[in-house]
Amino acid sequence: MTTIAANPADFHGSDHAHDADHKPAFFARWFMSTNHKDIGTLYLIFAIIAGIVGGGISGLMRWELAEPGIQHLTAWASMMKGSGATMDESYHMWNVLITAHGLIMVFFMVMPAIIGGFGNWFVPLMIGAPDMAFPRMNNVSFWLTAVAFIMLLGSSFVPGGTGLGAGTGWTVYAPLSTSGSVGPAVDMAIFSLHLAGAASILGAVNFITTIFNMRAPGMTLHKMPLFVWSVLVTAFLLLLALPVLAAAITMLLVDRNFGGAFFDAAAGGDPVLYQHLFWFFGHPEVYIMILPGFGIVSQIIATFSRKPVFGYLGMAYAMVAIGVVGFVVWAHHMFTTGMTVDMKMYFTAATMVIAVPTGIKIFSWIATMWGGSVSFKTPMVWAMGFIFMFTVGGVTGVVLANGGLDDNLHDTYYVVAHFHYVLSLGAVFSLFAGFYYWFGKMSGRHLSEALGHLHFWLFFIGVNVLFFPMHFLGNAGMPRRYPDYPEAFAYWNQVASTGYVIMGIGVLVFFANVIYAFAAGRRAEGNYWGEGATTLEWTLSSPPPFHQFETLPVIK
Amino acid sequence: MLMNMLKSFLLPLAVLLSPVAAIAAAPAPSVPAAPAPSVPAATVAADAAPAKTADAAAAPKSMDGSLPGYTPMKPTQGIGMPVDKQMDFQEQFSDNGTYAKWINNAILLPIIVAISLFVLLLLMWIIVRFRKAANPVPSKTTHNTFIEVVWTLVPVLILLGIAYPSLDLLAKQFKPAGAGAVTIKATGYQWYWGYTYPDHGGFEVVSNMLKEQSDVGKGERFRTDNDGPAQLAVDNRMVVPAGVELRIQTTASDVIHAFAVPSLWFKLDAVPGRLNEKTLKITKPGVYFGQCSELCGARHGFMPITVEALPPEKFAAWVKAKGGKMPVENAAAAPAAGAAGSAPAAKTAPAAAKPSAATPVTPTATPAPAAATPATN
Repeated sequence: MTTIAANPADFHGSDHAHDADHKPAFFARWFMSTNHKDIGTLYLIFAIIAGIVGGGISGLMRWELAEPGIQHLTAWASMMKGSGATMDESYHMWNVLITAHGLIMVFFMVMPAIIGGFGNWFVPLMIGAPDMAFPRMNNVSFWLTAVAFIMLLGSSFVPGGTGLGAGTGWTVYAPLSTSGSVGPAVDMAIFSLHLAGAASILGAVNFITTIFNMRAPGMTLHKMPLFVWSVLVTAFLLLLALPVLAAAITMLLVDRNFGGAFFDAAAGGDPVLYQHLFWFFGHPEVYIMILPGFGIVSQIIATFSRKPVFGYLGMAYAMVAIGVVGFVVWAHHMFTTGMTVDMKMYFTAATMVIAVPTGIKIFSWIATMWGGSVSFKTPMVWAMGFIFMFTVGGVTGVVLANGGLDDNLHDTYYVVAHFHYVLSLGAVFSLFAGFYYWFGKMSGRHLSEALGHLHFWLFFIGVNVLFFPMHFLGNAGMPRRYPDYPEAFAYWNQVASTGYVIMGIGVLVFFANVIYAFAAGRRAEGNYWGEGATTLEWTLSSPPPFHQFETLPVIK
Repeated sequence: MLMNMLKSFLLPLAVLLSPVAAIAAAPAPSVPAAPAPSVPAATVAADAAPAKTADAAAAPKSMDGSLPGYTPMKPTQGIGMPVDKQMDFQEQFSDNGTYAKWINNAILLPIIVAISLFVLLLLMWIIVRFRKAANPVPSKTTHNTFIEVVWTLVPVLILLGIAYPSLDLLAKQFKPAGAGAVTIKATGYQWYWGYTYPDHGGFEVVSNMLKEQSDVGKGERFRTDNDGPAQLAVDNRMVVPAGVELRIQTTASDVIHAFAVPSLWFKLDAVPGRLNEKTLKITKPGVYFGQCSELCGARHGFMPITVEALPPEKFAAWVKAKGGKMPVENAAAAPAAGAAGSAPAAKTAPAAAKPSAATPVTPTATPAPAAATPATN
């Protein structure tokens, strides 16, 4: 009788590979990764690169807008084209810049960082799982996102109508994006969104499966950390919203290339249909960007107050409520398209309802700190900055929710101010908060507290000087997406551009801090934040072993 | 093994990227041949759309937009236009605009400032009172049903308080135009506006942004202070009667534009194949400036809107100067012309209908007010 019991060692050429921290060689590790932490790291590096590109583009925009008249646009358009650009091509270049800034920041900076980066890194760690449910699909998600980004950048070099690149705005409204933009640039931008969307859907499937099936014994849904809750809700939003975007932009492709008429009124289609489809995706999308930020801020506030989160269930279900209501308010982006009075009243009222669960979250964070023993480490100052800035962005949202007031404010700088307060000062603050909170855990090195605080204050002052005057410009009537403006708008535009410079210096401090950490940062121990940090990732070393929780932790 | 995996990864990547590379490398044959590659960079909008000549040909050439019996009104500085360092809304010249501005400035703004300051105050108090040095032992409170109910219900009450005037404003904005309203159809083109007067013979005014003196050739019209501020002034204004209800209809011929005038609290998208309609009553004669407010391509920022509201008798003189006819004499002169094109709008538009409902129409059937019969929902 032969023995059939296999000896594991027979399958390995060498036996050095049996410790939990064995890592593959460089190429296999980073280009074929199936490890959630490595993929999370890739996502973070990718998001930082995309952030530099998208933030650089906004710098160009603020440079051009710093004073009335066209100063630099023609030179940039000529540079892209390789020969002298006409004024129309220069103006088209402006539209390409605003389009690229929007798409990059939404699809290639915030989403990859907050869901792909922190979600991948910390969802498995926080629920006590060894990895994501579908590790190889995880890798596919990342590389689809990377290719999508290359596609989008590539679109700037091919004809898109009046000039090079897609100049449709990130909303890609028909018929500007169909009959209004001849050439392959818009097709490439649409393909880029298809790829990024497919990547996000795969990621959403992965997160939902992981969170529902791979929680450690004893971790019920109602014991999950709020960050995991936030990613779970976000994953459902992605799963339900992105297919609608995919359908809408596929219909654009059909209209553009195959004589379709979904959005062509002359042939029986309807341009406003596209807007309904886009915003049915687009409104949940803004919650996709901010909900994981809510989760990060909840973890940080609890940690540095040395108190559990106040009203845990209310916090979790407020996110669920925001997610659900977020699907039935989309047409408040379309108040001026010629809706009926009944529709306008409904979407006004429904939109205001969202302020209630959002208010619950704001006040629960404050109540978490109330009575706490609060230490103001870098992540905490970012989280507190987030709370205040998100409040300011939220209340201007209540103003914009009024369909009757939106008749004046729609498509003005007031809207630009509003969504930058909730995203550039909301989502981005939560990203920096999460980065300072978990950098030691991810890298094993400490960032400098002093540089972190300096970064916070420069950035905080910079973005407020940058975006607050935009409320005034919007009130006074300055429309969005304009490369030039009447003399009367010069003052606040100049102030805003000054704010960009302050913010930019803050970002340089951030990069200096990261370089410092890798060059000379102190080694981080397992739980460097102390007793307030109670979630499972703090039970591991910093950085955690390549494979963690081979023996599942048990939650009491 | 590794090489196979490497190949399996690189191959699809290469396939995905090859069109990019091919397209990027190609000499881009469909780049629109630049009409004037030698245009100096400094000439802002030097190649702006040539004004449709039909209008210019009908009227004698004029350097200031005046016609026999009509001289363009000189705008008042700070009225109907933004002013330097402005923070508030522009002064309003319609009743709904005045009401909307009051709702924002008297109700919403105080509420949102108070909420923001309240949150800031709580954060400050936490920094002072609950910092580690001041409060070394954290409490363990994680629930308080009473306060949770309070911070759910109080926002609900505040929102109900906001909702009442907000919905009231919407109802007022959608009040249909009554008898005697004047219909004007604004059509967005890339990149200028056309204003059609179906009640007055159906003539169209083509309205282009005025260029600066340095940007035009000798003998061509350029912007002066009588026309208005740079980038807001146009050659031919949308002239309307003040104190009379206007039935503003918007549509577009190519892509979506938006007709917007901040000092009238008016913004309505101009969508190809659709005729949107909204009532507007300008309370005071004056010149009111606006700009296109929906991204419409390269010169989106350079197709402003200038509305000149005149006393009714001066408006009638302007209509005459344009070769149009006032509704009454129009009907008398051509009684057999049929209701579609020439009858007074008051008789053809049902007053009970909701006027702002978007009504999809075939692009060819837009000029007549009858075609704009609003949907009855």
